[in-house]
Amino acid sequence: MDIADAFLQLVLTMDMTIRLSTVLILACLAGLFSERAGIFDIGLEGKMLFAAFVSAVVAFESGNAWVGVLAGIGASVCFSLIHGLASITYRGNQLISGVAINFLASGMTIVIGHAIYSKGGQTPTLSGAARFHEITLPFAEALRDVPVLGPIWSDMLSGHKPIVYIAFLVVPLTWWILYRTRFGLRLRAVGENPASVDTAGVSVIRYRYAAVLICGVLCGIAGAYLSTSQAAGFGREMTAGRGFIALAALIFSKWRPLYALMACLLFGLLEAISNLYPNIDVFGLVQIPVQFTQALPYILTVVILAGFVGKAVPPKAGGEAYVKER
Amino acid sequence: MSFMKAVLGTVSAIALSATAALADPAIIYDLGGKFDKSFNEAAFNGAERWAKETGGTYRDIELSSEAQREQALRRFAEGGFNPIVVTGFAFASALETVAADYPDTKFAIIDMVVGNDNVRSVVFTEHEGSYLVGVAAAKASKSGTVGFIGGMDIPLIRKFACGYVQGVKATNAGATVIQNMTGTTPSAWNDPVKGAELTKAQIGQGADVVYAAAGGTGVGVLQTAADEGVLSIGVDSNQNYLHPGSVLTSMIKRVDVAVFNAFSAGADLETGFHVLGTANGGIDYALDENNAAIFTDEIKAAVDAAKAGIIDGSIQVHDYMSDNSCPVM
Repeated sequence: MDIADAFLQLVLTMDMTIRLSTVLILACLAGLFSERAGIFDIGLEGKMLFAAFVSAVVAFESGNAWVGVLAGIGASVCFSLIHGLASITYRGNQLISGVAINFLASGMTIVIGHAIYSKGGQTPTLSGAARFHEITLPFAEALRDVPVLGPIWSDMLSGHKPIVYIAFLVVPLTWWILYRTRFGLRLRAVGENPASVDTAGVSVIRYRYAAVLICGVLCGIAGAYLSTSQAAGFGREMTAGRGFIALAALIFSKWRPLYALMACLLFGLLEAISNLYPNIDVFGLVQIPVQFTQALPYILTVVILAGFVGKAVPPKAGGEAYVKER
Repeated sequence: MSFMKAVLGTVSAIALSATAALADPAIIYDLGGKFDKSFNEAAFNGAERWAKETGGTYRDIELSSEAQREQALRRFAEGGFNPIVVTGFAFASALETVAADYPDTKFAIIDMVVGNDNVRSVVFTEHEGSYLVGVAAAKASKSGTVGFIGGMDIPLIRKFACGYVQGVKATNAGATVIQNMTGTTPSAWNDPVKGAELTKAQIGQGADVVYAAAGGTGVGVLQTAADEGVLSIGVDSNQNYLHPGSVLTSMIKRVDVAVFNAFSAGADLETGFHVLGTANGGIDYALDENNAAIFTDEIKAAVDAAKAGIIDGSIQVHDYMSDNSCPVM
């Protein structure tokens, strides 16, 4: 393989990495908002699944993918509010509430889907304006033949679905909100030491609800991306554990937005590698089996959590309901 | 009160029908799901055809997890259903146990051989059908690179791949075949998102015809091929209608016929080893109005010649499962 060929392979790999990381980035940032405010959320998976389902149904019925996304966000926010009600207002166990949401989404999508379309939970195939199409960035065609930068711009960065670009824009936005606004400061404080925030006269409950709502919106976009951009319709259990991978990425990134982007890109890259190169030859000596590359994200998670990247300290007040007076 | 009555009425009706259902046939679909537009859906169509033609009723169940296999089988056997058809190789070990416990019930398994006396094992010569669509792919490909996307990495799917590669190489010895398996767990039968990604990867590597042998995952493969303007090949059911003008053809495996025959035989189901192949119409390629425009006469002539060769024995397609190796890969 010569240099030019290797470079083309690299561009192809990165192109796929971007597509595969998008859903992880959105879900990871969703979890970041929620957990930074002290609400653990293992219901990312369920919220995404439900949003994927609702946006596929609405996009099919309305014939407009954007309407589908809005509906998906609405559905995901509804689930967020259930989580909020259980864990903020009623001070229930956040993990149990999250598990319940996952089960609820897994069952409801199939039951409702089958009741509407009688296809075992699948929605009809979306076509035309009911699903997203690739956006070609300006000058993509003109620059294609420019060496090195041409393929990077035209093949790697251009030609993705709109939500991909949205996801990458949400990362700096999240950073700015969390570290450069009063809202962000208070949100982080609510997750670290809610009592002090309360002393300052800020409502802990309100900030936690705000965080959970933002989490719902981002999960909604992530779910809609799955069913209206990556695939053309909903299939049962189509999130396939991506919500949990996003949680792993969140811990890996120590609850920081830019690190979260890196972590999600890394998981996306590993998935892309296992897709593109199922059998990797190491200097023609050993062949790494595909099972190994497919398991890599999980192995990596374990290795990382075993302390490879230093201690990941979660927000101090995470997982605990705030009790104002005893 | 009237609601309670309705509920009680329904319950008793179900109880009655359960006793009346004696010797009704039953079918259990594999994890790909009843509506995978492919393997399981073909089985469902066969059962529906039987119900329509005979006016009979049957019971079916869709598995949602690996653990339900034996449980579902036992429930049907206990409920007196006869025969009970299971679709998919993965039922083999569960069926072996259950069939031994219910010697008076007849079972049929598709895609696998189970040795019990009361089991009919129906297997298909998928390597022959894959060879045929491989010939078509090589003829239709302009780039000389074609793709194969399998579902779960098991010998059965390697059998598809091996037959396909043989067909491609026999037609164009210089052609490249890119192969991917979706995964190593049963969820690989139902992951259209991954199917779509694999297809994009293969197209990026130059493939312009992609053959999906991946159950529900194939839906994503065919979709992406249609989006990107390349050709695809469907599997098990006739999938030409999914994307007219983009699906070159489908490798038809008459699972519906296998189910229909088993249901029709009823409790007198003849057990043992059954092979459905090209010669007896169990395996074929699909040609209809949806692909007539792209399936040119030249392709058809080549495929028909290969089919005739397979039937009269002049073309021997190697079966991967006979020795777990493939001479062309």
